[in-house]
Amino acid sequence: MRLRKLEELFFKFLMVLATIVVSGSFFLIVGTVFYKGAPYMTWDMLTKTPGGGFYIGKEGGILNAIIGSMYIAGGATVLGLIISIPVAIYINMYMDGKKFLSNTLRMVFDVLFGIPSIVYGAFGFLIMVYFGLRASLLGGIIAVTLLVIPILVRTLDEVIRTVPLELRDAALSLGSTRWETAKVVLRAIKPGIITAILLSFGRAIGDVAAVLFTAGFSDNIPTSLHEPAATLPLAIFFQLGSPVEEVQGRGYASALILTIVVLIITLLSELLLKKLYKK
Amino acid sequence: MQKLRLLTDKLMSKLMLVFTIASVSLVFIIGAGLYYKSIPVLQNSTWGKLLTSSIWKPLKGLFGFYPFIMGTLWVTAIAIIIALPLCILTSLYIVEYAHARIRKILIPFVNLLSGIPPVIFGVWGVLFIIPLIQDHIAPHFVEFSTGYSVLAGGIVLAVMIFPLIVSIVNEVLRTLPQELKDASLALGATKWETIKKVILRKALPGIIAATVLAISRAFGETIAVLMVCGNNAVVPHSVFDPGYPLPALIANNYGDMMSIPLYDSALMFAALLLFIIILLFNIISRVILTRLERRMAA
Repeated sequence: MRLRKLEELFFKFLMVLATIVVSGSFFLIVGTVFYKGAPYMTWDMLTKTPGGGFYIGKEGGILNAIIGSMYIAGGATVLGLIISIPVAIYINMYMDGKKFLSNTLRMVFDVLFGIPSIVYGAFGFLIMVYFGLRASLLGGIIAVTLLVIPILVRTLDEVIRTVPLELRDAALSLGSTRWETAKVVLRAIKPGIITAILLSFGRAIGDVAAVLFTAGFSDNIPTSLHEPAATLPLAIFFQLGSPVEEVQGRGYASALILTIVVLIITLLSELLLKKLYKK
Repeated sequence: MQKLRLLTDKLMSKLMLVFTIASVSLVFIIGAGLYYKSIPVLQNSTWGKLLTSSIWKPLKGLFGFYPFIMGTLWVTAIAIIIALPLCILTSLYIVEYAHARIRKILIPFVNLLSGIPPVIFGVWGVLFIIPLIQDHIAPHFVEFSTGYSVLAGGIVLAVMIFPLIVSIVNEVLRTLPQELKDASLALGATKWETIKKVILRKALPGIIAATVLAISRAFGETIAVLMVCGNNAVVPHSVFDPGYPLPALIANNYGDMMSIPLYDSALMFAALLLFIIILLFNIISRVILTRLERRMAA
């Protein structure tokens, strides 16, 4: 009898321990990045592009990478939305009575979501070679768009499914066409669309493997779609590989910047989702 | 007017259909594109030879992927061995034991972890895990280790797949019928006995699906692993040896691949390999999960 109680206690202890490790790892990671990065944080990091000798520890910042990442993540999210909204609407509103087909489509997007970004990067590179494009902002946007489409479609799909059927039925029974009904539904899921945008942007801004082949790297802020663009994660990766301590430190500071940006985005989307599901 | 509205509806419907077909066929287009690019290296060699040879000499046109495949398997196996028990215990605690208020605090942290970009995990690996292994773990077992090892890759990957496994297992545990638990508890079983003999048994398919999904995620992870694994093209023999997983190979050599003949083809073959394995694993786990969902709904 006592043995049973002991076993119970022992495993409960293990569970608490595991929970502490799993949820604590978040603090460990963010804490490490803050601790190492904060001393190297300067205003210049955020507001200047790399000056001459930046990579041997001289002056400059990573504005080029910040802007480059914003362009790529923003461009990919906009392009992704243009493609994903119609897909999500089609799956939900135009496939009535074809449950098997629509569920299969959902599964395909889940599978696409599981494909690693390095494969999207390699495939993006193939497309670029095929069309004779060089590593550029455009190339990066194309590769990252492919990466975020599954995220956007699945998120929008989930959100559209929370819209009460009555709303659709009401619109349809008033004589609206399916497309007009879709517009009503789209208006109802506005916060959901913002959540999807945040999720996609967060994933896009943090990804390296997809932009590695396709966007290239540049110390300048790109002024056209055909110029190569720096990205934050790549800037972190390159600076960390440097033997110069000052440059490594700036790498940590860059990591801190990216972490803060992504945390804000994730928190916002969490809050929005919570609000959405409460309704 | 009426006609115009119907016409718009028809047009939009067709347009959306085109978008849907185009994005779904991405799976096939990616597969076909990568295969097409791998043909030169496949003509030069065979599938068997590419997969089992250990000789990696791109300049001589010799591409043996065995060390890279083993590198991938090592880090993935280590990651799963670390993450799976931890995550199952965590999920059990969150779903079965934790007070609703604690649950509400815990779950967001798991979600926040999943939002952290891979490169940040890599930075953390370099700053925290590498010194930990070099100074505190490895000296107990081997004479010397730089810390850059498959173990480091495995640990970093384990943390990266925490949120994935926890969220799926949570979902699976939550859908188990309360009656099952009640019946076991009413028979006098303790909570842990109920977990051991009823809950875990019932949740097994879901746990397997989560594991398969986690494996496929770990397989494809690139930058974090690249930063901590040491990237040495030999087959690792212990957890403290460096390894060189497939995605790291692709990412590290994109610069030279256009200047050496067949090199680009070989790297695309590596991507194809990843794509096929991950596709299979994903399909398997999704099928298990949808079946579970349907059974729960019925």
